[in-house]
Amino acid sequence: MEHLELFFKSIFIDNMVFSVFLGMCSYLAVSKKVSTAVGLGAAVIFVLGVTVPLNWLLDQYLLKDGALAWLGPEYADYDLGFLSFILFIATIATMVQLVEIVVEKFSPALYNSLGIFLPLIAVNCAILGGSLFMQTREIPNIGLAFNYGISSGIGWFLAILAIAAIREKIRYSNVPAPLRGLGITFIITGLMGIGFQSFGGMLTGDNEPPEGTETTTVKAENKEEKEIKKEIEDKEKAVSYNEVINK
Amino acid sequence: MALLSKKDANLILDPLADNNPITIQVLGICSALAITAELKASVVMAISVLFVLGVGNVVISLLRNVIPAKIRIIVQLVVVAALVIIVDQVLKAFAYELSKTLSVFVGLIITNCIIMGRFEAFALGNGPWKSFLDGIGNALGYGVILVIVGFFRELLGSGTLFGIKVLGDPVAKTGLYALGYENNGFMIIPPAALIVVGIIIWVQRSRNRALIEEA
Repeated sequence: MEHLELFFKSIFIDNMVFSVFLGMCSYLAVSKKVSTAVGLGAAVIFVLGVTVPLNWLLDQYLLKDGALAWLGPEYADYDLGFLSFILFIATIATMVQLVEIVVEKFSPALYNSLGIFLPLIAVNCAILGGSLFMQTREIPNIGLAFNYGISSGIGWFLAILAIAAIREKIRYSNVPAPLRGLGITFIITGLMGIGFQSFGGMLTGDNEPPEGTETTTVKAENKEEKEIKKEIEDKEKAVSYNEVINK
Repeated sequence: MALLSKKDANLILDPLADNNPITIQVLGICSALAITAELKASVVMAISVLFVLGVGNVVISLLRNVIPAKIRIIVQLVVVAALVIIVDQVLKAFAYELSKTLSVFVGLIITNCIIMGRFEAFALGNGPWKSFLDGIGNALGYGVILVIVGFFRELLGSGTLFGIKVLGDPVAKTGLYALGYENNGFMIIPPAALIVVGIIIWVQRSRNRALIEEA
């Protein structure tokens, strides 16, 4: 049950892109076409799934206050927490290299579709962010850490897929010239973010959403993931309207 | 600017407007958005990035002939991570409350694309003094946007600036609130930051038509 809860929470409520803005750089740069967006999204899920549990182990047995107790009682007082940035980023950079080599060796087809994105990922803030959030939220065991990695990856994947689809369509619309490209992408992302805010009360009941958005939440919950992105455009209008009414 | 030659001055001034790292180069968006609900956090973040980018650019520039090309990314990451640890420790020591607000976003300066981008694009090919100016310029360009977004979000969202109630007291109904003004709660939620940045881009590109993207 807690697995399921964490899974949906990381995808919808704490969505990497819409609620904490992680990985925005690649999200904006690589979202012009759906096919490349899918490639990058898959690579992110993969790398998050590998690095978050790994960094969880590092955190648990090396970095945490008193984590060195397994070496003997005289080490129990050490707190190496200040080293976490450097260790996490080193793990991520090495893992990305390693994954690249392994994938190239064993699955050339996968390498051809993911390969070009892997080096990009080492400096994607979503990856480091995943590990840092795992640390601050004190995820209790490695299974949940793996779950957290995968599900926040899926959340990111969903976001980039949605924006890529919208950007493919928006090319045919008459956007004011100064907003074209980057500007409108920002604003759409903002509107989608407002839509995702309505998932807030989906699981635990805290962060009660304003009345009226609840119906849209329930509706969206029943949708297939793919349909959600189509829904988003309609929903964002409804929700922002509700926002205005409620304030 | 008697101190700097014209070329050097441009290294600082260019990124402030026409080559702004956030609105034109599209780098370093993540941290720019998440922490701008308050002006204070924005300013601290801008200063942190100024320090990391200024010093980091000099370090990388000094090391540029020693770093093997193949592992340069890892070397760069280690340099940034070390600098960010310094920033993080200083914040924890002198501004603990603020470092709680910034939470993981201080750590995320490491993966701030502005920093890697400037290392790759500038510091690896230029001397330390120029790299330093370039670092300062880009960090200021980043800081400017952060402060603008923070200013509007805090002013319109909470009616305060640096925590001071500039528009009057919403509970006691003084100042503007006496006239029936209400805070716009919308500005506090994260997506508002995106929309504010979108509007900044809109304004900037309307003023300078050369920046408009081809569809």
